[in-house]
Amino acid sequence: METQVTAQIHQATDALHTTSLISLVHIHKTYMMGDVEIHALRGISLNIQRGEFVAIMGTSGSGKSTTMNILGCLDKPTRGHYYLDGEDVSKLSRDELADIRNRKIGFVFQGFNLLSRTTALENVELPMLYLGLKPAERLKRATEALEIVGLSDRMHNMPNQLSGGQQQRVAIARSLVNHPAIILADEPTGNLDSRTSIEVMDVFQRLNEERGITIALVTHEHDIAQYTRRMVVFKDGKIRKDEPVGETRSAREELKNMPLIADEDDEEDDE
Amino acid sequence: MNLWGTFRIALRALSRNKLRSSLTMLGIIIGVGAVIAMVGIGQGASASIQAQISNLGNNMLIVFAGSSNTGGTRGGFGSGTTLLPEDITAIEQECSAVKAASPVVRANGQLVFGNQNWVASSGIQGTNEKFPEIRAWPMAAGEFFSEADVRNATRVCVIGKTVADNLFAGSDPVGQTLRVRNLPFRVLGVLSVKGQNQFGQDQDDTVLVPYTTAQKKMLNITHVQAAMVSAISAAATFTAEKQITDLLRQRHKLSGNQENDFTVRNLTDVAEAADQSSKIMTNLLASIAGVSLLVGGIGIMNIMLVSVTERTREIGIRMAIGARSGVIRRQFLIESITLSVVGGIFGVLVGVGASIIISKTLNWPTLISPVSIIASVVFSVLVGVGFGYYPARKAAALDPIEALRYE
Ligand SMILES: Nc1ncnc2c1ncn2[C@@H]1O[C@H](COP(=O)(O)OP(=O)(O)OP(=O)(O)O)[C@@H](O)[C@H]1O
Ligand SMILES: [Mg+2]
Repeated sequence: METQVTAQIHQATDALHTTSLISLVHIHKTYMMGDVEIHALRGISLNIQRGEFVAIMGTSGSGKSTTMNILGCLDKPTRGHYYLDGEDVSKLSRDELADIRNRKIGFVFQGFNLLSRTTALENVELPMLYLGLKPAERLKRATEALEIVGLSDRMHNMPNQLSGGQQQRVAIARSLVNHPAIILADEPTGNLDSRTSIEVMDVFQRLNEERGITIALVTHEHDIAQYTRRMVVFKDGKIRKDEPVGETRSAREELKNMPLIADEDDEEDDE
Repeated sequence: MNLWGTFRIALRALSRNKLRSSLTMLGIIIGVGAVIAMVGIGQGASASIQAQISNLGNNMLIVFAGSSNTGGTRGGFGSGTTLLPEDITAIEQECSAVKAASPVVRANGQLVFGNQNWVASSGIQGTNEKFPEIRAWPMAAGEFFSEADVRNATRVCVIGKTVADNLFAGSDPVGQTLRVRNLPFRVLGVLSVKGQNQFGQDQDDTVLVPYTTAQKKMLNITHVQAAMVSAISAAATFTAEKQITDLLRQRHKLSGNQENDFTVRNLTDVAEAADQSSKIMTNLLASIAGVSLLVGGIGIMNIMLVSVTERTREIGIRMAIGARSGVIRRQFLIESITLSVVGGIFGVLVGVGASIIISKTLNWPTLISPVSIIASVVFSVLVGVGFGYYPARKAAALDPIEALRYE
């Protein structure tokens, strides 16, 4: 009797999983610190559809990064299921997860995480190297991606010859090249000043609107969340609030109205 | 991800830090270079000793007249008078380990041909017809004197190349008459070139005559100064030494505690001892150099470990964007193999160069064998794999989240 019910529930949820791009079902994550259990996530369920632009917010320690790590297949949930593109990835092996990350996930980090002493172009080519693409195809896609983020003229610069905002745009280009199902960004504007943050949000907004790329980003700043279209708020390892952003701000419009003086920070290569 | 792709990634990673890469290679370069140079020196020494052994003759022993620790040797080469031609004949006939024996009677004196004169530095040597066989010294022209020449004490001679060049410049000496100590000798033949002996003496600067002729017509003696003896094999030289000693003691009627009035010297034995010690030296040098290669290998491991730690974040990034841990492991392994192989190749060049410089400046013979080159390169690959494996495994085992968080 009970098994029948659970089977029905499974069928129902499975149907749901196959339609959503991302589906977290009762995810728990428990860390062991010696004898102490730390419940980082306590039963998270979250669906993200194709083309969504989601901001994940919450106080420090509420489980945002833990969730992002699971979404990014860098970590496995202690309990629960994670369906990515209809496939249950919560029980895959290390190598299978590496392949999923390569093909389906694009990462953007707070600290940019570009390879040092490696040109912007080579950094962007890296994911395609692991995918095994031919050099000509790699060059073509990397050049395109750098064009999209507006860095065609900085392709041969090393990361230390780029400003923070430019480095983050290289990282976004890198996250794009393998045509991932979703781009995950953990505090992508955390190290940037406010104008540069808006520029990065402009890149995200254009990717989302013009190319329909699904994006989930973690931010502490309410202002930044306003550029997305849905806001998920975490508290103590649970989702406390999940609501659409009332009036999405347009980064492009705001940049147009900003005084040009601020440009110097970004466009010139200050040491 | 194929191996070639991983190889390119590894090469790029290495070229990103050229100074560190070349310093790491330096350890291997010095190690391999040292092994090749040291083995080259050792083998060169060994080869030149081997050449001297074969130069000496066939498993040769020398019997000197006179005791080794009394007047005999002090009085010079074969100063005793108790060694007789009959003793030599007996040695050849009665000692089973002896193949051939030939008396040696030495004289000095001027050689004259036409208006040319010459004093041979290796002297005038009286010997018998066995000489070419015992010394493994063939003729270049003409022939050696015969047993009949020895029996009849005829005035015939065979000359070395140096004498031929100096007295007969250009013309054929065979059949000419040479004056030795003012007596006319017919030249029967010219010996082939033998070169210097281990004391730097020109062995080709000599004249050979029947020992009987030297005894009767030059020195007026009946004894001989020494004998050259050829044993049946290298191993038999020891038995021959014993048999000769016993035979001569018996023939010279020496009782139990009387000292030998002759000295038997086993030249093969001496040469082989020298060869042995040069082989030991080769091994010693090679092991010292091997230690430096090992140190170079540990250097690679050290740098690779530092590099894994230093590049933890890089590893995290690579893993996050989809590098499997096997790919990371291979990348680091290829990095260390590349360092050690490139280092090994440079090391071979350095080693060969050093050997050439050593043999040119110090005049030491060196011998670069392909075996030592191949062995060094193979060994440096093994060093790369062996000492690179642990750091590579460490890199591959990193957790991507931790690695990304690493400062
Ligand atoms: N590797 C770990 N081992 C033990 N506890 C951990 C580990 N990673 C995270 N935690 C704990 O899990 C909880 C959630 O951490 P998480 O990093 O997800 O928070 P966050 O919402 O990203 O915070 P912040 O805004 O400060 O980045 C925290 O209490 C944290 O201490
Ligand atoms: Mg966090």
